[in-house]
Amino acid sequence: MRRYFGRKLLVYGLTFVVAVTVNWMIPRFMPGDPVAGMVARANVSQPAAVEAMKQYYTGLFGFDQPLWRQYLNFWGALLHGDFGISIWVFPTPVSDVIMGAVPYTLGLMIPSVLLSWVVGNRLGAYAARRKLMDNTVLPIGYVLTAMPYMWLAVLLAWGLGVVAGLFPIAGGYSFSMQPNWSAEFLLDLLHHWALPFASLFLVALGGWAIGMRNMIIYELESDYSTYLAALGAPHRLIRRYAFRNAVLPQITGLALQLGVLVAGALVTEIVFSYPGLGSLILKAIQNQDFFLLQGTFMFIVLGVLAANFIIDIVYVVVDPRTRAGMAGAQA
Amino acid sequence: MSLRVSDLKVHYRTLRGDVRALDGVSFELGDAEILGLAGESGCGKTTLGKSLIRMDGRMRHVGGTVELDGTELPIGDDRRMNDFRFHEVSLVPQYSMSALNPTRKIGKMVGELLRSRGVTPDTAKLLGRLDAVGLPHEVLDRYPIELSGGMKQRMVMVVSTLLDPSLLIADEVTSALDVSTQKAVAKALAGFRDDGFVKSMIFITHDISLTYQIADTIMVMYAGKLAEKAPARTIVEAPRHPYTRMLIDSLPEVGVRHTDRRLSGIAGSPPSLLDPPAGCRFRDRCPLAFDRCAEEPPAAEVAPGHFVACWKA
Repeated sequence: MRRYFGRKLLVYGLTFVVAVTVNWMIPRFMPGDPVAGMVARANVSQPAAVEAMKQYYTGLFGFDQPLWRQYLNFWGALLHGDFGISIWVFPTPVSDVIMGAVPYTLGLMIPSVLLSWVVGNRLGAYAARRKLMDNTVLPIGYVLTAMPYMWLAVLLAWGLGVVAGLFPIAGGYSFSMQPNWSAEFLLDLLHHWALPFASLFLVALGGWAIGMRNMIIYELESDYSTYLAALGAPHRLIRRYAFRNAVLPQITGLALQLGVLVAGALVTEIVFSYPGLGSLILKAIQNQDFFLLQGTFMFIVLGVLAANFIIDIVYVVVDPRTRAGMAGAQA
Repeated sequence: MSLRVSDLKVHYRTLRGDVRALDGVSFELGDAEILGLAGESGCGKTTLGKSLIRMDGRMRHVGGTVELDGTELPIGDDRRMNDFRFHEVSLVPQYSMSALNPTRKIGKMVGELLRSRGVTPDTAKLLGRLDAVGLPHEVLDRYPIELSGGMKQRMVMVVSTLLDPSLLIADEVTSALDVSTQKAVAKALAGFRDDGFVKSMIFITHDISLTYQIADTIMVMYAGKLAEKAPARTIVEAPRHPYTRMLIDSLPEVGVRHTDRRLSGIAGSPPSLLDPPAGCRFRDRCPLAFDRCAEEPPAAEVAPGHFVACWKA
């Protein structure tokens, strides 16, 4: 057990180092000069002042140092939880900017990922044993899963927001309000949350349902199901066993999806101008704010790694075969 | 008589028509009898085994009856057949290695299976059965993956016979095992009969020499029909049907140097069961075939308990 998790942690550690390095490289080798951008935004015309500002900013962000030094500084700051200062909303620290956006993204992601997973699995398992359900769930599932997130998002925003006027189509809350804990504000928050949630939920739902349906059909034809049926075990028991076994690959799928969905939420957030990490990434790119970009990516990387680690633990709990694998067995 | 099968016909539905895998088979099985069911692939032996406990979706009961201890088994009716499964008829399947749910501890799985059949689990009995096949009691706390192939095989044998069924169908149980384990498994099954865990047994195999070691009677099938049925010793020492004779002749014998006498084998292959030829189905491969073979030979009792379906017998 300790060796298993030790090895897993080592792999995650390595992944983290590589991710941090790539993360540091991308914005630095991206075309464009952020300092020039900031100076230009300040609208200063005197060459001497421009020169002074350039020097000030370059020194502030450490661009005057050699690249390897910048890399080491980056690690040093990172380990102190310091992601630098945002260029876009100068001089707010990047960590504050991210922390302001994280609740929105998580509030959108966690319910949509988990709910679509749970509901999709149930629906798929149900479809696998009813012809009628199968004939409806399967085509609808295919349509949903083939639909691009943003397209469904646009469709929902147009249909339910613009035409029907049932939901607001932009923002995390009404512009006329200030964030607080009143019931009125929370309701408004929920109202704004509904459409982005629905678009993420529906697209993911189709994929889960199809996957589960296929897995259940496979499991119901497996040897242990046939054996139980030959001994006259009721369908209920056989289906319960089949579900438990069929859900294992779905758990792996969930882990992968957690990572991918952050990117999916990016476009959805942009469609709905939802103030989460996705919108932040867009802003960071538009403003060449690579501290913010780095910080956001770092946060996503950490999130994916943490999610995968949790899934690893869950897997050990639900599948005895992984436990055998820990002892070195090749199942 | 424990089991009486009369003119049983079971066909497989395919897009090209019915495959007559079992085309009118009749036999009887006495109390405490072990019947070895032999024949090459596709002769209908597994179909017969499946028909007696659970037909798969493509199989269709076309005709004939099966009577177990005086009660007719509703073999074509999956739902009604459920009352008999496990309690009266049980199965040790070909796929014992993967017959246990991989994500349940064995003991828990057995408990859930028994309760689902309305039986209160009897721990003492279960432990006794484990002792009988030489499995440690800890296996109940293990997952199937933690057991070796032979252990899984024995575990499945214990589970299948836990309710003391009247008839046990052992379908190719030894084909995945090495020779020494094969014998142990066969002996254990015979022991189940001797100890009264099961009343009678049908032991399906393509391995005549193994069948000979445990079976009281051997039934040889060919192309969906009974070829010959006789006490085990008679089948091996004095077979009457040309197919049985050739089958026995193609087995290696201990002490014979095969450089001197090459194993013969049987030329040709069985006919398609999609549209089988009239008359004796072995006649195309039979060295003794003559005009009358165009007519179907009935299974005649040439000696007490010795049935042969051949005009020349």
